[in-house]
Amino acid sequence: MDAPIGVLALQGGYAAHEAALADLGLATRRVRVPADLAGLGGLVFPGGESTTHLKLIHRFDLWGPLDAFVRSGAPIFCTCAGMILAAREVVHPAQESFGWIDLKVARNAWGRQVHSFEDVADAPLPGDEAPLPLLFIRAPRIEAVGPAAEVMATVKGEPILARQANVWAASFHPELTADRRLHRRIFGA
Amino acid sequence: MEKSTFQAKVGLAEMLKGGVILDVVNAEQARIAEAAGASAVMALERVPAQIRKDGGVARASDPGMIQEIQAAVSIPVMAKCRIGHFMEARILEALEVDFIDESEVLTPADDDFHIEKSAFKVPFVCGCTDLGEALRRIGEGAAMLRTKGEAGTGNIVEGVRHLRTVNGHIRRLTTLRPEELMTEAKRLGAPYDLVKWVAENGRLPVPNFAAGGIATPADAALCMALGAEAVFVGSGVFLSQDPERRARAIVDAVTHWENPKKLAEISTGLGEAMRGLEMDRLTDADRLSKRGW
Repeated sequence: MDAPIGVLALQGGYAAHEAALADLGLATRRVRVPADLAGLGGLVFPGGESTTHLKLIHRFDLWGPLDAFVRSGAPIFCTCAGMILAAREVVHPAQESFGWIDLKVARNAWGRQVHSFEDVADAPLPGDEAPLPLLFIRAPRIEAVGPAAEVMATVKGEPILARQANVWAASFHPELTADRRLHRRIFGA
Repeated sequence: MEKSTFQAKVGLAEMLKGGVILDVVNAEQARIAEAAGASAVMALERVPAQIRKDGGVARASDPGMIQEIQAAVSIPVMAKCRIGHFMEARILEALEVDFIDESEVLTPADDDFHIEKSAFKVPFVCGCTDLGEALRRIGEGAAMLRTKGEAGTGNIVEGVRHLRTVNGHIRRLTTLRPEELMTEAKRLGAPYDLVKWVAENGRLPVPNFAAGGIATPADAALCMALGAEAVFVGSGVFLSQDPERRARAIVDAVTHWENPKKLAEISTGLGEAMRGLEMDRLTDADRLSKRGW
């Protein structure tokens, strides 16, 4: 049997990612303590509140183990709050981050919940016929893309999906739509 | 671009899952809540136990106090309006709170009608005691539900009852034949389309959280085990002996609800919980969960 995909399950949208991966026939495991990382084939950092995630990562001694797992090269998908954790630099306000992907990210930069929105990506991903549907919830904004990261999708010219080696980061929520192409692209299936 | 769609409203509820939403009455408490790991705060002037004690009419909070809390934290800020008081709701929307709780904890403004919530850009959460009530609120546009529980008592018994009742009704619906659903909709007093959706999917179309009477990490974990997807804590934290520690412990318990060994560590040495109330000491008029329909 294939190694399960881990979903960081400290708080936030982890159940929706589990459902998305299950749709692709992939086994999943909730990651809440370091031992949960053993033998995983990949890892999802879901949306939710990044401040909450950071606090719980420290409280449950997950910082080092998560960092080591991501740097081991397994496929990693970070959505929304997950992208904030993964970024090289976080502003508005500044906060600690892992720096797995060369992005400067501003938190809640589209405004409060009344400004949350749906849209469609500017262009399809390579090999896709249609662009991704996009759902943004109190979303972070990619303010700058460093040379190590590659922009994979934009909306109205603005980057919303980026990749650096094994790490993918999205400011939107594919797990809350019915579209499974991005999960499939990242984790195979 | 399309703003404030129903999917975007439910999306925020999805992001609050697995977390704790804490009642706070000022910016200092909001900062304590955020530091403890709360995923959102509910700004209100008095926690439910205080409202219960003080009596009188409980109304929406002073906008200035809500704005102070919005300025103090980066997590979502919710606020309560009275049942049916769509003008309080419009004011809260103008403040750009992230969620409005049309709440039985405040004194109802309308005996007959809840707010038409789909007309708002801000998502709403509403209380429910059974499936019919849950689906009526969703029919009006609520993007999140919570049990009513019995707020301000520190007693989890009503919250447990409401979780079991809603989830029991859902399980029952999934066993019915298609021709039985209209009669069931009539019996529940719920929109037929939503009854049909729940029968086909075996769950509510929006997240359902627990609220009312949660005072300990074990209470929070119990609610999660009974199918709540997150918890609201009102009086239970800031009326306890050591609010910072208790807030942190309840946050930890909602993450580790599947791990009793961790829960034992989390529950250790928290000082005194809030003093609770037994249900048979309450008259019907004292019962906030009877408000709304």
